[in-house]
Amino acid sequence: MRELVCIVCPRGCSLTIEGEGEGISVSGNFCKKGKDFAVSEMTEPKRTICTTVKTAYPQCPVLPVKVSADIPKDKIFEVMAEINKITVNKKIARGDAVIENVLGLNVDVIATSSMLLKLD
Amino acid sequence: MKSYDVVVIGGGPAGLAAAISAKQNGASVLLVEREARLGGILKQCIHDGFGLVRFKEKLSGPEYAERFTELFEEEKIDSLTLTFVTRIEKEKDGFRVVLVNRNGVEAVFTKALVLATGCRERTAKQVMIHGTRPSGVFTAGTAQHFTNLLGVMPAKKCVILGSGDIGLIMARRLTLEGAEVLGVYEAKSTPSGLTRNIHQCLNDYNIPLHLSHTVTRVFGEDRLTAVEISRVDERMTPIEGTETIIECDALILSVGLIPENELAEALSVKLDPRTKGPAVNGQLMTSIDGIFSCGNALHVNDLVDYVSESGEIAGKNAALYCKAQRKEIDISISDKLLYAVPQKLDLNKDNSKTTLYFRSRDVLNGCTFTIKKDGEPVFSKKYAFLRPPEMENLLIDFSSMSLNENSKIELDIEVKNNA
Repeated sequence: MRELVCIVCPRGCSLTIEGEGEGISVSGNFCKKGKDFAVSEMTEPKRTICTTVKTAYPQCPVLPVKVSADIPKDKIFEVMAEINKITVNKKIARGDAVIENVLGLNVDVIATSSMLLKLD
Repeated sequence: MKSYDVVVIGGGPAGLAAAISAKQNGASVLLVEREARLGGILKQCIHDGFGLVRFKEKLSGPEYAERFTELFEEEKIDSLTLTFVTRIEKEKDGFRVVLVNRNGVEAVFTKALVLATGCRERTAKQVMIHGTRPSGVFTAGTAQHFTNLLGVMPAKKCVILGSGDIGLIMARRLTLEGAEVLGVYEAKSTPSGLTRNIHQCLNDYNIPLHLSHTVTRVFGEDRLTAVEISRVDERMTPIEGTETIIECDALILSVGLIPENELAEALSVKLDPRTKGPAVNGQLMTSIDGIFSCGNALHVNDLVDYVSESGEIAGKNAALYCKAQRKEIDISISDKLLYAVPQKLDLNKDNSKTTLYFRSRDVLNGCTFTIKKDGEPVFSKKYAFLRPPEMENLLIDFSSMSLNENSKIELDIEVKNNA
């Protein structure tokens, strides 16, 4: 038996997981996302990254970005290292990719703000 | 002096929602923001988790804010950024709002006010930390501003006091950017932040959480060099003999938020000592007619979704309040009339079946009664004669005349033949 706290939404359900592999059962979850989270945590835990990337624009020295889908938890610092190599020098919009298919994870790093478009 | 139905103070999520909703309910609106960009604190809240209630999506702060700033722009609402409200004066039918910005000082008139001024963080002085005054003691919001907007790291090795959500989120953020977070200390025996944040911000990164501990002293001359941590008893009083010294270059405080109500207090708006925000009715109107409050200025919310919701309620009701107020123009008469009733029209009311009574000043034969709007006839009726003892009455549709507060209505009688 393992206990987890679901991090999918602010409700933060306390999950109890019994069994292993195919036969695991999850209780304590309010919705289906809780079960999916528990299964993912027991097999390949995933997380999102929200961070910033340097820009070439002094009025706006960093631009907020995120990964377009969750990535394996153990890749967080490797992906951070990739993001920290980049300098954005084009006025990109929210949703535009800063890095495509980062580290071959089939996930893009995308801008979460269109603030650069508003610069003079 | 420019005049509006509704002036919204604050361009964060509450103010944006209030301005949009006031505009959509027919009000003329001005939004005043002290920073250069709209969006409020969400601009620096780059983490995700916003909008789950409202949009059923997990958005970052900037993404959530930009959904509203774009709608705000589509509605073509007037706004002043880099503008600070220095004073608000109560006038007969509204408020005079004094503003200062790069153009100098100016004032605008408004019938209703929406206070969407957000909240402020408690500081080190408010939690009684003793010692020197070195640099390196930041509120979590200030550390977040440095990291996420300026791209400058505020710490290499830090201690976080308080387990509020912003502190937990900054613990993860600074760790991701390469700083060492030595621990989060909380004076209470239970964490203040959401359980999910304890897990995804602390446990995921092996950052220890020490409950029933607090920072009792800071050390360092120019820059912070260490903090003293003490265990506290159940009344949160430090226990002597439990002090330990931890070397660090920054102390980050996440010790609570307080609604920002300096403008409200200056206007004598009644505050609730429990929420530290104004006491309001179901329309979010405060103790003073025409002043509304919303968002974190009203009470500190857990989710931004509810901040937007309260903004919408306040904005809508501020617009309705203006409509309920009189918006009157004069019905003037020429010297051919003795009098006319009514003397005024309230443009906020239905005037499509207005009964107009009048008498001519003299006996007039073969004449035409006219109603002029801005000098142009919009209604006329011929009379064989008009005599002062005989009162005339007409049913007039003023609502179809596209009147506004600057329209001039005059009643006149043109005489072809006054024999």
